[in-house]
Amino acid sequence: MALPGAAAALLARWRESDLWWSFRRSPVAVGAALVALLCIGGALLAPWIAPHDPFDLAGLDLSNAFKPPAWDAEGDPAFPLGTDGQGRDVLSAILYGARISLLVGLSATAFATLLGVLLGLVAGYAGGTADAVLMRIADVQLTFPSILVALLVNGVVQASLPRELHGALALYVVIFAIGISEWPKFARTVRGSTLVERNKEYVLAARVIGLGRARIMLTHVLPNVLGPVLVIATLNLGLAILAEATLSFLGVGVPPTQPSLGTLIRIGNDFLFSGEWWITIFPGAALVAMVLSVNLLGDWLRDALNPKLR
Amino acid sequence: MTAFILLRILQAIPVMLVVSLVSFLMFAHVGDPVAIMLGQDHTPEQREALVRDLGLDQPVLVQYWRFLGNAIAGDFGLSYRLSRPVAELIAERAPATLELAFTAAALALLVGVPMGVYTGLYRNSWISRLFLTFSLIGVSLPTFLIGILLILVFSVWLGWLPSFGRGETVQIGWWTTGFLTWSGIKALILPAITLGLFQLTLIMRLVRAEMLEVLRTDYIRFARARGLSNRAVHFGHALRNTLVPVITIAGLQLGAIIAFAIVTETVFQWPGMGLLFIQSVGAADIPVMAAYLLLIAAVFVTINLVVDLLYYAVDPRLRADRGAAGAGGR
Amino acid sequence: MAPPLLEVRDLRVEFPTRRGVLTALDGVSFAIEAGEVLGVVGESGAGKSMTGAAIIGLIEPPGRIAGGQILLEGRRIDDLPYERLRRIRGREIGAIFQDPLTTLNPLYTVGEQLEETMLTHLPIGREEARRRAVGWLERVGIPAAAQRIGSYPHEFSGGMRQRVVIALALCAEPKLVIADEPTTALDVSIQAQIIALLKGLTRERGTAVMLITHDMGVIAETADRVAVMYAGRIAEIGPVREVVKHPRHPYTAGLMASIPPLDRRVERLAQIEGAMPRLSEIPPGCAFHPRCPQAFDRCRRERPGLLDAGGTRAACWLHLDRAGRHA
Repeated sequence: MALPGAAAALLARWRESDLWWSFRRSPVAVGAALVALLCIGGALLAPWIAPHDPFDLAGLDLSNAFKPPAWDAEGDPAFPLGTDGQGRDVLSAILYGARISLLVGLSATAFATLLGVLLGLVAGYAGGTADAVLMRIADVQLTFPSILVALLVNGVVQASLPRELHGALALYVVIFAIGISEWPKFARTVRGSTLVERNKEYVLAARVIGLGRARIMLTHVLPNVLGPVLVIATLNLGLAILAEATLSFLGVGVPPTQPSLGTLIRIGNDFLFSGEWWITIFPGAALVAMVLSVNLLGDWLRDALNPKLR
Repeated sequence: MTAFILLRILQAIPVMLVVSLVSFLMFAHVGDPVAIMLGQDHTPEQREALVRDLGLDQPVLVQYWRFLGNAIAGDFGLSYRLSRPVAELIAERAPATLELAFTAAALALLVGVPMGVYTGLYRNSWISRLFLTFSLIGVSLPTFLIGILLILVFSVWLGWLPSFGRGETVQIGWWTTGFLTWSGIKALILPAITLGLFQLTLIMRLVRAEMLEVLRTDYIRFARARGLSNRAVHFGHALRNTLVPVITIAGLQLGAIIAFAIVTETVFQWPGMGLLFIQSVGAADIPVMAAYLLLIAAVFVTINLVVDLLYYAVDPRLRADRGAAGAGGR
Repeated sequence: MAPPLLEVRDLRVEFPTRRGVLTALDGVSFAIEAGEVLGVVGESGAGKSMTGAAIIGLIEPPGRIAGGQILLEGRRIDDLPYERLRRIRGREIGAIFQDPLTTLNPLYTVGEQLEETMLTHLPIGREEARRRAVGWLERVGIPAAAQRIGSYPHEFSGGMRQRVVIALALCAEPKLVIADEPTTALDVSIQAQIIALLKGLTRERGTAVMLITHDMGVIAETADRVAVMYAGRIAEIGPVREVVKHPRHPYTAGLMASIPPLDRRVERLAQIEGAMPRLSEIPPGCAFHPRCPQAFDRCRRERPGLLDAGGTRAACWLHLDRAGRHA
């Protein structure tokens, strides 16, 4: 049983590390980690723990519409956080919505990280024209807020796709658009670190013994730039989730058949004036809890890996 | 000085060219503009005529050249969705967005900088902790949610402030302003807070971080060792040295305000360019999107230029043309 | 008898850290008379700069003065409120820092910085301040001072900037200047000029100097008396000639051996085994005992105070009974 052994060894190493020490000492980090775990757990387990299936149209009953939260006098214990205009359980919709939000956030961040790290390595290691072109593109793109880039990419890709594919591909388009809008941050950091690492003795030594460029980059340079990448990725996850929510709130994000938290907030927004605040406020609170906990973890990670910044 | 400005403008040109190329490619090649403009039923002759009208039968470079010429002349063609000149649509909406962005920016700077200075100087006071907690929530709350919460509290529950539109506006030439009527100002409050809050927290955190950094420097220690008053040390020496990075980020953030106005304008149904843009994205109205993109790029390039000029004013080290006699070494 | 210009009594500075409280200075006592130049030497980390920072009340938090007194002309200044102490800094005690490249505010002209300092402390107007600023630049040897008054720090070389820093430290006419490694960051060729300038200007005005450095040569040329510091304590203090020629403390002796001697054998004396302990690992008893060739039982148990060693005062049990080993 090599696997459990290796896992145990890894766990043991982690528990002796400075990171773990600093984690336990930071009540904010522990609290944030708990909330984040709760959000992620709720999202992953939605199909099993949600009291209702929000996508089961047959199960919807209009007579259940606009029920306030359960603690209200008119509430119904079957719907802990109330129902929306079609009698859909708000709690279940949030659990499923968080799933979509998290999926898009994680995928977009993974995409941006991969793209950014790869291009950053190439720019930093190859230098010359490739470097100049890539960094110029990154500069121009960084001039614009990423949400605007995501909006444009999303709009352009949508417009160039045939209409019948929209529903099927919309989710991927959003992931692509958000990922594209975030890559320059990664590329810049990785390029900077690569430039530093490139001229160190161990890289020169690897070159001398005849290792290929790709090999040197991936096995020697990459591990040395992963620390900052991890920090940016964590902080970026919060941003990506917010970007998705914003796009969906604007009505150009994920398709209505797969509502994310942003979609729920947009739908609920229409009922704000008639007094059914819970339809929009609870998904909003879930979104904030998720993003805030991820941001707090990112902040902590940055400080823990970078004692210089206090 | 003049050379410096010219250099900066020259450096901005490639950026504008890249953006205009992207706009052009969108304009000409995304989807099928001809089909969109003609609608479902059209004859091949109609189609050909329109292709010729739009110049789509010309080589790509010629098309781009023409697009550039038109863009510089302010002609971005007709909106697919509204069938009106794009330039006219944008000119109509610009005052609303600019007034909103200006108010939000003023709010972010006038409140954010003092808060940042305070939290930097008194980092352990409970007010600083309060500000910091507030700022962390501020960066984690999406703009649209802030808007929704403000509407819920101040419009729905308290009924104090309007939740949509600009209120009454006054026409001055082609500009419409909401600053001159009571209802216009009331309508501006919630959207401006919504739009400015994120930038406010960002500027506050930035100023705080820079203050902490500067307060650790040798020249601040030396200023204290010379017995200068706290006021002189904090505001004369420390704050002034934080200005360079603050100007950069604040400048970029002011640009971001115009972009984020898209979200705020959607929440508050504010009749500005952002709302126009998002409606265009929904309808794949490419000419409006292209024009908006170019306009935003122009705004950003201008802001960058202003930022550079401010640097120049703040930091003597950049004024290389001053006589540097005897300046040996570093 | 008039009290000395500056007197430090049993000064203790502590730094609370997450692994316990570190004692950066422990029982430091010395005095500086008016017009006197006191050299303070020691390895980095021995507490030289910390002593200087404590006197002008600029210890970086979380460090703090945990005990002892600092008296200026007989008045305690270590317990003054910030605002009162601020009026003493610059006006009565000037300071010169190590790196002239980072000591001057890059955004103000040297004239502005000089004028600002004088206007803060002296009852003069703007015109007079400007006139004096030019005078000070001339005095510290900046050529074409009247023109350079409007120059920014980055327009001067390192040596020139240190001259400006000296002008800034002296312009409010303090009675004491604390010069913390004033030449360390400079080119070797300029160091002697700067020291000569500092020495000349302070002698002219009868300004006392606390000259912190790790360069024994500078001390030997400049100082009247010298204090040798080791691990946050004073190891030996006395007239320069005595300390250099006849060091009483084994550490001082080792330190003197590090200057290439012309008249002694080198091999045996140039060596002090080991390194100065970190603040977290200062041994009990005499801090130097693990490295001391003459250490005996008492050195390991009990910490020696400054004892009269004939000519100098040394913190060493060897001198408990002067009549004994060292006649």
